[in-house]
Amino acid sequence: MFGQPTSPRSRVVLASTLSAGLIFSVAACGGSKDSGSSGSSGASASAIDCAPYTKFGDLKGKTVSIYTGIVTPEDTPHINSYKPFEQCTGVTVKYDGDKSFETQILVRAKAGNPPDLAIVPQPGLLKQLVATGKAVAAPPETEANVDKFWSKDWKAYGTVDGKFYAAPLGASVKSLVWYSPADFKEGNYQIPTTLDELKALSDKMVADKKMPWCAGIASGDATGWPVTDWMEDFMLRLYGPETYDKWVNHQIPFNGPESTAALDAVGAYLKNPAYVNGGLGDVKSIASTTFQDGGLPILDGTCMMHRQASFYAANWPKDKKVAQDGDVFAFYLPGKDASTKPVLGGGEFVLSFADRPEVKAFQTYLSSDTWANIKAKQGSGWVSANKGLDQANLTSPIDKLAASILSDPKATFRFDGSDQMPAAVGSDSFWKQATAWITGQDTKTTVDNIEKSWPK
Amino acid sequence: MFNTASTTPEKLLQMVAALLLFAAVMGVILFFAGRLGGKRHEKWVGYLYLLPVVLMLTFGLVYPGLRTIYESFFDAAGKAFVGIDNYKTIFTDDDQLTVLRNTVLWVVITPFLATGIGLLYAILVDKSRFESFAKALIFLPMSISFVAASVIWKFMYEYRPDQANVKQIGLINQVIVWLGGKPVQLLIESPLNTFLLIIVMIWIQAGFAMTVLSAAIKAIPDDIVEAARLDGVNAWTMFRNITVPSVRPTIVVVLTTIGIGTLKVFDVVRTMTGGNFKTSVVANEFYSQTFRADNQGLGAALAVLLFILVIPVVAYNIRQVRRSEAR
Repeated sequence: MFGQPTSPRSRVVLASTLSAGLIFSVAACGGSKDSGSSGSSGASASAIDCAPYTKFGDLKGKTVSIYTGIVTPEDTPHINSYKPFEQCTGVTVKYDGDKSFETQILVRAKAGNPPDLAIVPQPGLLKQLVATGKAVAAPPETEANVDKFWSKDWKAYGTVDGKFYAAPLGASVKSLVWYSPADFKEGNYQIPTTLDELKALSDKMVADKKMPWCAGIASGDATGWPVTDWMEDFMLRLYGPETYDKWVNHQIPFNGPESTAALDAVGAYLKNPAYVNGGLGDVKSIASTTFQDGGLPILDGTCMMHRQASFYAANWPKDKKVAQDGDVFAFYLPGKDASTKPVLGGGEFVLSFADRPEVKAFQTYLSSDTWANIKAKQGSGWVSANKGLDQANLTSPIDKLAASILSDPKATFRFDGSDQMPAAVGSDSFWKQATAWITGQDTKTTVDNIEKSWPK
Repeated sequence: MFNTASTTPEKLLQMVAALLLFAAVMGVILFFAGRLGGKRHEKWVGYLYLLPVVLMLTFGLVYPGLRTIYESFFDAAGKAFVGIDNYKTIFTDDDQLTVLRNTVLWVVITPFLATGIGLLYAILVDKSRFESFAKALIFLPMSISFVAASVIWKFMYEYRPDQANVKQIGLINQVIVWLGGKPVQLLIESPLNTFLLIIVMIWIQAGFAMTVLSAAIKAIPDDIVEAARLDGVNAWTMFRNITVPSVRPTIVVVLTTIGIGTLKVFDVVRTMTGGNFKTSVVANEFYSQTFRADNQGLGAALAVLLFILVIPVVAYNIRQVRRSEAR
């Protein structure tokens, strides 16, 4: 095709054809993409009170784009839950799910091409996005919803430098211990309500010639993260939420006495050869077992307990019933005593980059109890810390348990700490050192190395 | 159009647009080259044809290269100048020294073993009855991607505890159990794990060495071989004095090519251990520092180090290729 044409004329023709083709193709690409809202039906088109949203003005024909890391199949319940809003206001919501959301959103914000709304899964990333100067503070209507439906802890995570930006959306609970209800009944084991009882229960299982705990921390290049969750849970339990916040924000050193004691407390479980690793090997086998496989020995009865977040529910084989009266269920990892109830978890926040009325209206809709209940009816595997969420609308027992833990008035919620630490620690040295710690490195070297890696 | 495409039609559209853009650029160049007809302009036509390549190399290779060297003198966020601190870290920090040690092990062991095995195999199967089948066997791993090969070997090394009712699923540990031993955490025990990863690379590269060397052996003139036979040499003398000297340039090319590939090794380490358990190498550490630890300065310094290490090997390789082509 690119051989030398013979006459000057044919060359001109060739060149102009190619250039024309380019122009057409650019024009063709200019068209909008609409991968979301106008799709499948089956939404709960239940009538909702439109008044809170129509008072933002006549929004008919307007479009709001929302960018998220939530992709197929979890995107469908989201898209469906937007329908009542779209019917009320005539706004079209463009849903854009992208697996590489966490890197792309920063690129887009810095390049001046942000979406209207972004579902941000980490407070640390939220801060980075606000720092780009492109984010817009939440409208007063949204803030009023958050004040009404969420606890102060949650609102604080959506606040940057005293200004409230992002309303919470979904939530997950990490302070859970998975167990087999049948095995517990057979061994006459009681669900512990304090850390001491948990320890006593583990010892009782050992006395009964059973392996109490199993764990797995292998997760590709994120290997080690389950240990960080363990440590955060114990930091929160042994020293309380205030010290936990100081620890996360590096106001106390990572190799201080609190850290060391918290990691040693984890070690009393995970590095105790009498306690682990039920059905999987010795202590070191924790490092080579994938986190997905870590709790499965419970089903074989070779392991009694496994500490992992609520999302682990999706990991059990399809034919196993996840319920109080089923094959496997979870209990709340108890606090130091029965009166305190610290909850470690995660969640998402809706950050806005535009202050158009339709965007504000949609933001307000997402922060309402109305939306939380519509979303809950769309299917299992989702909970929110929204106090307006009616637990009867949740379909699965584990979602109900998670929601009841979150809405407990005694509960103090704290966000996953490693997600908030600088990347050099939270997604590198903390994981690496935790893995080395499991394979034999002592606690002091481990906390010293993490402290050393903290960016100055 | 320049946003991330999310649906298949969008991706196809972007691909078509990219192809058309390429065609348009070529069209414009051809158009101007055509206008510059005649002998007088021959030189300029040549430059015009070189232009796209020069531009692409400048923006795709030279600029990023210089930029990386520049960034390697800055801190984690790429803001404050820190001089040679990043390089100091590489040569003093315990973790980084382990990375360097592993890279040295990889580069010293892999090329020589892979080439040695390839050469031996090429000689053994040369002119045998099953030559093509035997060659196909050892060549097959070459056609598997590094990641796939690593996944295969991960299963080979897989560990299951020594417990009743638990069966080994990894071949190596099963063999150990059959021989009466206890299963070993093969990928966790350092430094054993680094050697086990190197085996994967050798497994992949030996086929390449064998193919190239076999072709070189077949190119040895028959009269030399026959003359040696008439002189009554034994197999060893034949190997030492005829085969190896004749294929020497090829051996060097194979050694250096595998050496360069080994310096850059990333997929095997990342897939099998993720750089944990003291198995990280420079290329893997560069990636995790830059993209995971958000330490752009150290990442850039590691990339520069890798670049510096590769240069002499590449230079030597090019010289050898030239020399053998000149013959």
